[in-house]
Amino acid sequence: MGVYEISLGTVIGINIILAVGLNMITGFCGQISLGHAAFYGIGAYAAAITAKAGLPLPLALLTGLILTGLVGIIVGLTSLRVREDFLAITTMGVGFLFLGIVRQQEALGGELGVSAIPGHGMGKLGFFLFVILLAALATAFSLLIKRSWMGFAFDAVADDEDTARLLSVDVAAYKLAAFALGTALAGLAGGLYAYFARLIVPDDFGFITSITILSMVAVGGIGSVFGVLISTVILTLMPEFFRFVSDYKLLIYGALLFAVMRFAPDGLAGFARDLFRRLHPKGNGG
Amino acid sequence: MGTLLQVSGVSVRFGGVVALNDVSFKVEQGEFTSLIGPNGAGKTTLLRVITGTVAPQSARVSLSGRDVTRLPTNRRARLGLAMTHQIVRPFHSMTLLDNVALAAGHQRIDRVLLAMGSFDRREERRRARELLETVGIAELAEKSVVGQPLGVLKRLEVARALALEPKLLLLDEPLAGLNHVEAARLADTVVAINRKGMTVVMIEHNLGEVLRISQRLVVLDNGSKIGDGKPEEVMRDPAVRAAYIGKEEHHAAP
Repeated sequence: MGVYEISLGTVIGINIILAVGLNMITGFCGQISLGHAAFYGIGAYAAAITAKAGLPLPLALLTGLILTGLVGIIVGLTSLRVREDFLAITTMGVGFLFLGIVRQQEALGGELGVSAIPGHGMGKLGFFLFVILLAALATAFSLLIKRSWMGFAFDAVADDEDTARLLSVDVAAYKLAAFALGTALAGLAGGLYAYFARLIVPDDFGFITSITILSMVAVGGIGSVFGVLISTVILTLMPEFFRFVSDYKLLIYGALLFAVMRFAPDGLAGFARDLFRRLHPKGNGG
Repeated sequence: MGTLLQVSGVSVRFGGVVALNDVSFKVEQGEFTSLIGPNGAGKTTLLRVITGTVAPQSARVSLSGRDVTRLPTNRRARLGLAMTHQIVRPFHSMTLLDNVALAAGHQRIDRVLLAMGSFDRREERRRARELLETVGIAELAEKSVVGQPLGVLKRLEVARALALEPKLLLLDEPLAGLNHVEAARLADTVVAINRKGMTVVMIEHNLGEVLRISQRLVVLDNGSKIGDGKPEEVMRDPAVRAAYIGKEEHHAAP
């Protein structure tokens, strides 16, 4: 593998952690978030600053993860007050709020961001393998959650939270748990990105990034871990292979998001399931 | 025996409309009570105040002597209140079995962190299957709820509520939309559940079935309670006849 492939692979790994995290919030628990990049950014800034302060890599990553999860719980509190469209607007606002604050802070480097972040000292290949390992762990963790009673309760909250409440589900606690877990993963991804790029600027964590992550989740099939994995790989590679995708990212991802929501709400996972049913008419499918 | 549910001084206003005006009633352990009254009388609102999904202007609700007025819906459910919806609301992403199994796992989902670390659904699914058998739809257990006929979904609502192992079962028009045969069958099922010791409060318009199976009637009209007692006595009351039956005739011939 050349340097280019290794760095592309590292980005894929980071994106998988981001998408798997958002999938817990939006896919499992049904809470839309248009501001996931803000959490990615909080993790990146937290890890970058603690790394520059001299903390070793594991502690810097952990700081990003925990701090982001805590902010995630606070933002999650809004999901207890507002639903669906309003939650989408609120989380979008959180994204812009993050950018607005970071741009104005001299301590965070303002528009220039944070540079000269210490190296990870693993070598490019070593770091790539480290990121892939964490992405695999994040994926396994999310599959485990899906199978647990927590995942079962998430299904109920995502389907119909009023009925879930009548069946004794503590809806507020489950929503906050989803936000805490999903945003903590974004924080981890942010820390990894800080070590990978060694230079972070506010625009890395803007609205386009939030939409990109949401596209990865929606195109894969909201809630389906494997669908999300596949679409994350495809959507990360697409701008690399087709220059125009990179130039018109927001337009194309926006159109993709619209098309999926309108014509194939279950995404790739739903498409694969339909195909399987058609090929094996007697089987029970997925 | 003894009083299981005591509701007193319930008043609810939606904007300027008085939905309930100082309604009080109680339910004895093991009793089968029907809540009747014309459309818009406030019956569903009353049940929702009991479960905590509607916030009243004033009310006091106590279950087995414990004041639950300030508790959120999920805590009341934990203490033994279960309710079925008039318009069925199954979890669409699940099979019939899992709809019931989720409720049967109410102890597992009580604490979020414990729920994260527990995986085995076998016991809850076994229990869910028993309940689907109780309401007569066990053969559909593994099917998705999507596309199931109303009669099945109405039964599913009852099974799911029972899975909570409630002390009090609140049924909001369980028979509405069913044909005569289905309605009689589900009514019999509910009676059988009651005879095994479950206390039931049921809203129902199907007067034939109500009079056949209820031990007590509570009548609401325009947000106020106008009757409460043994079915035959309540139905003899001229005020009830005027308000309830008179209006029904009025509806029939506008």
